[in-house]
Amino acid sequence: MRNFVIWVALAIALIVLPNLVSFSQQEVLVFLTINILVVASYRLLTLTGEWSLGHVVIMGVGAYASALVTKELGLWVPLGIIVGGLASALIALALSVPLFRMKGFYFLIGSFAAGEIIRLLWKRFRDPFGGAKGIKGIDPMPDFSIGIYQFDFFEPVSYFYFSAVVVALCLWILWRIEKSPVGLTFHAVHWQDKLAQASGVNLRRYRTMAFVIASGFAGIAGALLAHYIGTINPNSFDVEVMVFVLTWAIVGGTGTFYGPILGCVVLTILNEIVLRELGLEQTRPLIYGLILILSILFMPNGLESIVQKVTRRKDAK
Amino acid sequence: MFELLAQTSLNAIYAASYISLVAVGLVLIFGVMGVINFAHGELFMAGSYVVVALYADRMVPFFVAVAAGLIFVGLLGLLMERALFRPLRDNPLGGLVASIGFLMVLQALAVLGFGVRMEHIPPVTQDVIRFADKISIPVARVYVIVTAFVMLSALWYFLKRTRFGWALRASAQDPEAAALQGISVTQTAMIAMFIGAGFAGMAGALTAPLISINPHMGHSVIITAFIVIIVGGVGSLEGAVLASVVYAFVHTFVTTFFDGVLADITGLALMLIVLIVKPTGLFGSADRA
Repeated sequence: MRNFVIWVALAIALIVLPNLVSFSQQEVLVFLTINILVVASYRLLTLTGEWSLGHVVIMGVGAYASALVTKELGLWVPLGIIVGGLASALIALALSVPLFRMKGFYFLIGSFAAGEIIRLLWKRFRDPFGGAKGIKGIDPMPDFSIGIYQFDFFEPVSYFYFSAVVVALCLWILWRIEKSPVGLTFHAVHWQDKLAQASGVNLRRYRTMAFVIASGFAGIAGALLAHYIGTINPNSFDVEVMVFVLTWAIVGGTGTFYGPILGCVVLTILNEIVLRELGLEQTRPLIYGLILILSILFMPNGLESIVQKVTRRKDAK
Repeated sequence: MFELLAQTSLNAIYAASYISLVAVGLVLIFGVMGVINFAHGELFMAGSYVVVALYADRMVPFFVAVAAGLIFVGLLGLLMERALFRPLRDNPLGGLVASIGFLMVLQALAVLGFGVRMEHIPPVTQDVIRFADKISIPVARVYVIVTAFVMLSALWYFLKRTRFGWALRASAQDPEAAALQGISVTQTAMIAMFIGAGFAGMAGALTAPLISINPHMGHSVIITAFIVIIVGGVGSLEGAVLASVVYAFVHTFVTTFFDGVLADITGLALMLIVLIVKPTGLFGSADRA
């Protein structure tokens, strides 16, 4: 019952929130919801102990796929978004064959290389990927009405509601996966790989599974982004964006489901409210870099460790 | 056809010389510290900007500026060792992540200090050595090749023939055993960081008049360096030099006969194939340095 009240309160807060902020902040909210899905799906991959540097490019695969099937084939946009997720998952499945011959550092570099190859292919093949300029004029979501609310996707508020529902659904699925026997096996693959293997767990199959599922959700996030901003190019998914995702995950901590999301929300608020108000947006990479260094040095378990300390103290009382 | 092949080979030798300076530094750091330095491309960039600040803006003689680049970036390396890698010694992934943070800081500082626009550096010399009608090499490139050769030879002598070099290799092979012999792990780490970073800085400084300089140039440098050290075997200095030559020839020839993007794809594909088929690299053993 208490949980139910909390969720309803959260839902109401999310419905009210965009109406209280400025237009540009509404846009930030849209990006924030999409980024939350990216970083939460990234965590599913890190559960098995592998850190990829290709996650943002995989997200781009979803964006390109959805943009192309809606633009060239005239597919309905919501279906296009699902196609985007499937495309990312398929590419990840193909990549997993070479990549999961590696572990740890080699996987990191291998995923980086694979991602760069995909980005260079987008750049090289102007047909259909549009070369360095990318794809412009991507179909927006078609407007529709659900009776009490008229979705007008020219407005960021409408898109925020739409993406928030999609992302919430995805997060719920990710959460269910993590708590399922499969998710528990992911943990085992990371922390007790020899024991898991001895117990008959096919390590490689579970690593592949985590990679494919995480990539599918990253693809959905990419597609959501593409249909919102309407234009994508290879540089939208470059290493700098990957570093941001990495920073959110590390600052938040990857030990819990909410850790990376917390990192993403806190850093976005810091970025949009503090830096923009102070006129320091130019220094964003500098500040992100410093935060990354300071948190790895002094807060290796992320913001979630602070949350855990606070809640534990409360429970003790 | 012969002229084109000869000319492309000369270009490849030039590319191999500065790539090997960068890659050898990266391997040395990994060998001694066990950390992959993602900021290595930005150290190269910092070296280039030292030349911009001293040679282009303040008329300091070019080779003095290059030496300053070596020392300045070497000091940056010492800073990284002290502030990042020493506290994170037991956490290799942490060291890597911290170096990514350092990379962003260096990039942002370059943007703040010099702006995002490309820097133009007056050429050191316009002279060209001509071997035949269509085969020639600018003297500025010869400087890079000769300096790289001298520095790599000096490093080889230092590592194989001096007591410091022995100590360095000992702590790369087995830090605990080395410490028991009275070798200071911290000291060897500092030496390795200074040399590794300094080499990257010098490569950036030397090539500064020949390439386009901007705060984000480190990206392609680090990708190249990764390809080279993976192909060469992550722990092997000789492998890094050999792989630099292989990579430079492949990349230059594909660029000349096809195009630059395809050359990049070929290089990355080469690395992926090596990672899949022989993760220890073509020339390396599994040991470090």
